[in-house]
Amino acid sequence: MNFEMSDDRRMLSDTLRRYLADAYPFEHRTAVAYDAPFHDPEKWADLAELGVFYALVSEECGGMGGHGFDIVTVFTELGRALCPEPVLGQLLAASLLRDTADALEPILDGSDRYALAVGEIDAPYEYGTPKTAATHVSGASYTLSGRKTVVYGAASANRFLVTASLPNGPLGLFNVSVEDAEVIGYSMIDGGPAGEVVLDGSPGTLIVDDAGPLLEPTLDLGALALCAEALGAMEIAQDMLVDYLKTRKQFGQPIGAFQALQHRAIDLAIEIEQARSIIILAAAAEGTPDFPKRAAQAKHLVGKIARQVAEEAIQMHGGIGITWEYPLSHYAKRLVMIDHQLGDSDHHLERLMAGLVEG
Amino acid sequence: MDLSYSPQEQAFLAEVQAFLAEALPSDISNRVASGAGATRDDMERWHTILNEKGWLGGTWPVEHGGQGWGPIELHIFEEESALANAPRIVPFGLKMLGPVLMQFGTAAQQAEYLPRILDGRDWWCQGYSEPGAGSDLASLKTRADQDGEHYIVNGQKTWTTLGQYANRIFCLVRTKFEGKPQEGISFLLMDLDMPGIEMRPIRLIEGGYEVNEVFFTDVRVPVGNLVGEENMGWTIAKYLLGHERTNIAGTGFSVQAYAQLKDLAQRVTRNGKPLIQNPLFAARMASVEAELEAMKITNLRMLSTAATGGQLTHEPSMLKIKGTVIRQELNDLARRALGPAAAPFPSEDLDNLAIAPPCHGHNAAGYFNNRKISIYGGSNEIQRNILAKGMMRP
Repeated sequence: MNFEMSDDRRMLSDTLRRYLADAYPFEHRTAVAYDAPFHDPEKWADLAELGVFYALVSEECGGMGGHGFDIVTVFTELGRALCPEPVLGQLLAASLLRDTADALEPILDGSDRYALAVGEIDAPYEYGTPKTAATHVSGASYTLSGRKTVVYGAASANRFLVTASLPNGPLGLFNVSVEDAEVIGYSMIDGGPAGEVVLDGSPGTLIVDDAGPLLEPTLDLGALALCAEALGAMEIAQDMLVDYLKTRKQFGQPIGAFQALQHRAIDLAIEIEQARSIIILAAAAEGTPDFPKRAAQAKHLVGKIARQVAEEAIQMHGGIGITWEYPLSHYAKRLVMIDHQLGDSDHHLERLMAGLVEG
Repeated sequence: MDLSYSPQEQAFLAEVQAFLAEALPSDISNRVASGAGATRDDMERWHTILNEKGWLGGTWPVEHGGQGWGPIELHIFEEESALANAPRIVPFGLKMLGPVLMQFGTAAQQAEYLPRILDGRDWWCQGYSEPGAGSDLASLKTRADQDGEHYIVNGQKTWTTLGQYANRIFCLVRTKFEGKPQEGISFLLMDLDMPGIEMRPIRLIEGGYEVNEVFFTDVRVPVGNLVGEENMGWTIAKYLLGHERTNIAGTGFSVQAYAQLKDLAQRVTRNGKPLIQNPLFAARMASVEAELEAMKITNLRMLSTAATGGQLTHEPSMLKIKGTVIRQELNDLARRALGPAAAPFPSEDLDNLAIAPPCHGHNAAGYFNNRKISIYGGSNEIQRNILAKGMMRP
């Protein structure tokens, strides 16, 4: 048994942490995350140069990593820095386009920026039967009509992977260029790019005409990445809280001297270790038949824990914890809003409950 | 045991409902319902409408232009106002300074300030908390040194709610530096246009602007602006705290939030069905509804005690804790119900895109902003201290 990070991943983690500390100090992060294009294209190029996207992709697909632990390593660091770069879209695209060799190179070098357009107004977390419809033109060429809502990364993407129902019913996955779609970009409440993607006879190239088996493991990979991002953000929130409890004085002593607060801070520490452990378990299961269950367990637990950390860290800080100027508020927003991406804690609990019934 | 209102109270309830239905402008109630919040103009218009009806200072005695409402009438008015999506009455003049002046102010102070609170000429704000004196308010350091007919005020206040709209501020200031900290505090009134006062906005978590820092540099304040005796400020603050704790349970807000949540859960879908049919979500809704029904009765039990002349000391702190926890749970569910549609940063442009159902585009912002309710007015931790002190008294 060995829970140590491999040397390669340790190096990746250290490099990324140093880079982000330097490139994404908090002031820069808040300056770019809430104004169009809601990230920093120069920093995106830096991340590409550092090989971050290679770390998300397996060697057989031209990358240098792609294992669950590689993904966890990258996204934990992004979470610690509260980095608004839309890296998740790149991970999902690389997974979905694994058999489309000429699409992978621009993902790896960052020259294409992808966003996955799955969610629709009446189907926030389900992707099986989209209202967005595909009409065949010729060969792999189709036209698509429909609206994809709250597409993470949309405001800064130049390519979209879009789910749409094929004429005879099955779920198709299409590659759509930004020039062929109407994108209404906006910032998320926790910063970073998102948007509505409106398709009206928009040309799209069919990638696969039975997208379910490709989407399922990809979305689980995304869930794992989001859990790791939350873990990184929770580590920082915990550090800020402990530091505040030790330094903020009221009634003539550090507030951390009050047992009522000590116990609550410790409860958070216990929960964060639970989150770390379920993420390790899920990362280890990546690529095995256990992965869907482990990913669901991770996203379920992390959704609950991240909210608890956010709310309790704010409460124990008091008023300062809900000010825009104080970094904790932005970490807390990210921690809560991660639960709104790729299925919330209840959505994944339902998956787990269904698994119990099926045995 | 009889849980219903008396015939007189029922008649008052009907009168309040009829008045709200007729007098509350729909553009204002729509803004409140949408979560965007009442604007300054909305608040001023609503104050004027209420003042014309004579209800703005409903709990004020008749001789000061009020109705002499007791706790039950006030509760009925506030709960119905919340259910109708009326703007909250800005409390600083009406519910805080007004009662203080009636109890501790001179006849001249009452004559000067009380009418101006009612007719809206004065908008008061509060200068209590300081960067180093939050929960431990008695450690405040903003000082007022007497110099002939003036106090010279230096220091800093923070969390001054809606100070950007105010023309006057009431402050707790230190006038004595030896002895117990509580015994050296005074209650002082200031005009915000006095030289040496500077207000700076504090932006909150969801991006909004409702609180401020206030800086005082050699501000010359006439000694006549002192309320009560010098070094009597802590007594006044404690008296005021009792008034601030009316509507502390916020049941009207919660009942309204629950109704909006129920409507939302019928309109949004999960797995092809209305969310309200989702067992996990429905379980949370049913549970919080039971909590809310119980708290409404706890609240009425305490109001009834107060209305019949009974003594409440630490007990209302229970209402603050439970009331805020329930409201925050409702805010959590309203955010959660939207799924990804909660994620966009709210803006007027986005309202037109109808990402979330109407009136729900601010659910996440409301959830984040309302983390404040378990912090302000004495955090829930301080409320627990008050309860423990009251209940564990030897």
